[in-house]
Amino acid sequence: MPSLKEFRVRIANVKSTARITSAMKMVAGAKLRRAQEQAEAAGPYAERMDRMLSSVAASVAGSDGAPKLLSGTGSQTKQLLVAVSGDRGLCGGFNTSIARYARQFVQQALNEGHEPQILCVGRKASGVLQRTHGSRIIDTLEDLSKPAPSYAGAVSIADRLTQLYDDGEFDVCTVVYNKFVSALTQTVTPQQIIPFPVPEAAVEEDAGATKAIYEYEPGEQELLEKLLPQNLSVQIYRALLESFASEQGARMTAMDNATRNAGEMINNLTLSYNRTRQAAITKELIEIISGAEAL
Amino acid sequence: MAENAVAFELVSPERLLLSEDVEMVVIPGASGDFGVLPGHSPVLSNIRPGVIHVFGGGNVEQRIFVAGGFAEVTELRCTVLADEALVVDDIDTGAVEKNLQDLAEDLTEAGDDVERTRIEGKMAVGRAMLTAAAERLYQ
Repeated sequence: MPSLKEFRVRIANVKSTARITSAMKMVAGAKLRRAQEQAEAAGPYAERMDRMLSSVAASVAGSDGAPKLLSGTGSQTKQLLVAVSGDRGLCGGFNTSIARYARQFVQQALNEGHEPQILCVGRKASGVLQRTHGSRIIDTLEDLSKPAPSYAGAVSIADRLTQLYDDGEFDVCTVVYNKFVSALTQTVTPQQIIPFPVPEAAVEEDAGATKAIYEYEPGEQELLEKLLPQNLSVQIYRALLESFASEQGARMTAMDNATRNAGEMINNLTLSYNRTRQAAITKELIEIISGAEAL
Repeated sequence: MAENAVAFELVSPERLLLSEDVEMVVIPGASGDFGVLPGHSPVLSNIRPGVIHVFGGGNVEQRIFVAGGFAEVTELRCTVLADEALVVDDIDTGAVEKNLQDLAEDLTEAGDDVERTRIEGKMAVGRAMLTAAAERLYQ
């Protein structure tokens, strides 16, 4: 049985841990709200970009001169995965689920005879993958979402990808991130970004409707050559924002659980502490009484 | 939506900057400025670094500098996707000039053509910003 003093020290420890976790929970909550607002604010641009791009892409798709970002390299062999995780831990399964997906991705690609590679955004998933798949990680980008994801950060990733693509380092690029559903739920979402998948519905719809209407200035090709890289940045930016909101949500939930567990532990410890104290008092009383009886 | 008005929207990747019904907008298209009035034929266009003029009551109501982007025009709407947007009166010419000097230095040190093109692109934006601050087109 631990002594009374040990109990007191442990209770104090758990209490201070609970204070930290509950503070972290509140910080994550505030950041989550901001992240959600930011994601919402970025919505209109992405939406309109989608609309424009689908209409232009639909009218150019299939023609010979379509840019590589749209038509692909004609091969599927070299696959690149952009794994978006967090830079910090203490957020439940947030980072591990991305790492798990990356592992499956590599395994599946190898089974199909492809060459998978990984570009890590955020150091946490990279740390986990380093041991098993170190040779497949081409780089790890850190601190991009500090204090919050910026469009400039997304552009730097997009530039990097475009350069790798132009150098023929990969044929297909997929980005995987935690999509924000609620503070309790985040779903791992893979999304192909290179070559840009033209939504089939858009192709049919636009071929009939929009294509005939729009005039393109300077020309469809030139417009597309500007739109595609821009769209790449926007898609990445969206992934970063979703991931950041998810991270805060996951951390909030994890810290809420931790605070609750700490509370339970404090109750248990207090109970044991009181029992031990009572036992000591009883023991002392017995000693006094038996001493008095002996006289 | 009001009669005889264009639903004008200005969006940057980070947020929706402006959304209102206006009389006319003049947009710096890649191949020349073009005005958008209600009933304009549908156009998708690139935008060069320059100033968007928003007209109301026959006069320029707002001047907004954009670093580039895209414009989508339909009969009722005009949507501008801007890479970067700034109200012209907020342009800090001193800072822009200093930035241009820095870029000019970078340009002499630039290693390859890709880097050079990128810096030249930035310089073009800076110069357009200075022009925008100095000139007052369409009173």
